[in-house]
Amino acid sequence: MAKRIESIGLDAYYGAFKAIEDVNVVIEPKTITALIGPSGCGKSTFLRTLNRMHEVVPGARVTGRLLLDDEDVYGPGVDATGVRRTIGMVFQRPNPFPTMSIYDNVAAGLRLNGVKGKKVLDEAVERSLKGANLWNEVKDRLPKPGAGLSGGQQQRLCIARAIAVEPQVLLMDEPCSALDPISTLAIEDLMTELKDRFTIVIVTHNMQQAARVSDRTGFFTIEATGEPGRLVEIDDTQKIFTNPGEKRTEDYITGRFG
Amino acid sequence: MTSVRTPVIGGLQQAALPRRAVAGLAAAVVAVTALLFSVTDLQGTAGFVVVATLLHLAAQTVLSRVVEGPRRAADRLVTTAVVAAFLLALAPLVSVLLYTLQNGLERFDWDFFYRSLRSIGARDAGGGANHAIVGTLQQVGLATLMSVPLGLLVAVYVVEYGRGRLAATIRFFVDVMTGIPSIVAGLFVLSFWILGLGFGYSGFAAALALTVLMLPVIVRSAEEMLKLVPNDLREASLALGVPRWKTVVRIVLPTALPGIVTGVMLAVARVMGETAPVLLTAFGAASIVRTPFDGPQSSLPLFIYQEAASPQQTAIDRAWTAALTLILVIMVLNLLARLITRRSKIGR
Ligand SMILES: Nc1ncnc2c1ncn2[C@@H]1O[C@H](COP(=O)(O)OP(=O)(O)OP(=O)(O)O)[C@@H](O)[C@H]1O
Ligand SMILES: [Mg+2]
Repeated sequence: MAKRIESIGLDAYYGAFKAIEDVNVVIEPKTITALIGPSGCGKSTFLRTLNRMHEVVPGARVTGRLLLDDEDVYGPGVDATGVRRTIGMVFQRPNPFPTMSIYDNVAAGLRLNGVKGKKVLDEAVERSLKGANLWNEVKDRLPKPGAGLSGGQQQRLCIARAIAVEPQVLLMDEPCSALDPISTLAIEDLMTELKDRFTIVIVTHNMQQAARVSDRTGFFTIEATGEPGRLVEIDDTQKIFTNPGEKRTEDYITGRFG
Repeated sequence: MTSVRTPVIGGLQQAALPRRAVAGLAAAVVAVTALLFSVTDLQGTAGFVVVATLLHLAAQTVLSRVVEGPRRAADRLVTTAVVAAFLLALAPLVSVLLYTLQNGLERFDWDFFYRSLRSIGARDAGGGANHAIVGTLQQVGLATLMSVPLGLLVAVYVVEYGRGRLAATIRFFVDVMTGIPSIVAGLFVLSFWILGLGFGYSGFAAALALTVLMLPVIVRSAEEMLKLVPNDLREASLALGVPRWKTVVRIVLPTALPGIVTGVMLAVARVMGETAPVLLTAFGAASIVRTPFDGPQSSLPLFIYQEAASPQQTAIDRAWTAALTLILVIMVLNLLARLITRRSKIGR
């Protein structure tokens, strides 16, 4: 049950500072969309507006419309926790809960949302860990602390935790930036597998990664510091990397940026 | 490079004072100090230690500078000074403990824990501090029951929810409360609760005064511990669609728990020894008062204060044993708290 996302004239602010301006995007279900662009151009900010994590920062707000299928995510009466349950998120740095075991980490989202019953949880944990390609490595040490895993394993644990609540969209903010090439590859394979079930949006600084895994690529940039970031263009990955519509995109991709 | 310099001393390997030389120097310094103390007017153990330490520092620095060079000499000087300062700080602690143990064991018997001072006259031997122990446990227990939930709620509000002026104001008043002298807390409860509302002296009144003292300590320490919880964890939980309050209760508080418990223990240990506010609010009693709502009650510090003021050796012995008991109670509580927090963490 993957969902479609559409943003219309989306602006995001941190206090008085406008971080992104007028972003218009359509993200089709069961696709992988990569967001690229220079540091500070607002990729993470945009990603966080998609599941209303942006407003967690004190003073931050969003204007414009964001549609999930046909529902306005920022509409009146929409509960942010419900949105976040539907749109899961994996962060740049692995952040397993330090007081919890591997099992409890994966089960956390379900438990904290009121799911009970050992059998249901056991199944969900196994399914999610298998989904995150981690099951074989940890199946004998589920009661051990999640913080005792390697960085790459922790990141896959966080992915398992995110997919355990069965979201319809998965947002990933530079999920491989702290990982070695093998773990990176494992996570990329994983994304390709997960595509069958989820809509995936990934922020990455790695062009090859964007080219390898994504169906569509969006390029963000800023004119100057203090200016808001804008989406320059978004198109099929193939096209962005071979024949981009904008000169700025081409300069960035070929490394002639700035 | 054309000329290859053969590394003499000054290469990677440096001249170093052997351990034995340092030990010998220390012995020599002690001997010289002893000589000084026998031929001059200098006397006293404390003076001896101070003079010997200073002499040792000076002699070692000179020797090391000559043999090892200035950097190593400075290193030795600072290391030795730090160790000396550590021992100096430890000395009162250890001596208090030993002295209390030595004097307190005199009356550390069954009677002491089983009986009260009821019908024990000023000159009588025997008697015990059962009523004081019961009083202390009840008063401090009640104060903990009142201040921990309240303090935690305040800390959670300030760190997790408080934005803007209200949180800043609360933080300011908590800081002010931290500075309240304990006797003023006692006076406050005396004038407000006992005289103003007319409830009379009781263990509960003492618990109120102790709560006033514990609250700011608990709020401040819990606040610091909550701030140490990485924001990543809150975001991870919120991103799972977990409501904010549940994130605080199930993720943030458990992560900060060991630190919070330590803060609570410090607060408990602090108020357990309070005398003045208890004197003003519980007043003291010679016999066992089973509940803290039943009029004047005693407590260990109060017991110590009253017994130590007596000229009778038997009373002074009781005071020492009460002091030892107080130390032991605090130690046991500390150990228990540590055990509980260790248990709550998952084993590896
Ligand atoms: N919590 C915050 N408070 C205030 N300003 C912020 C906050 N987070 C980000 N910003 C600002 O918003 C702008 C966009 O930041 P954002 O993190 O979205 O960039 P990014 O494209 O993800 O960069 P990077 O590639 O380095 O992760 C930057 O100018 C940044 O300084
Ligand atoms: Mg970012």
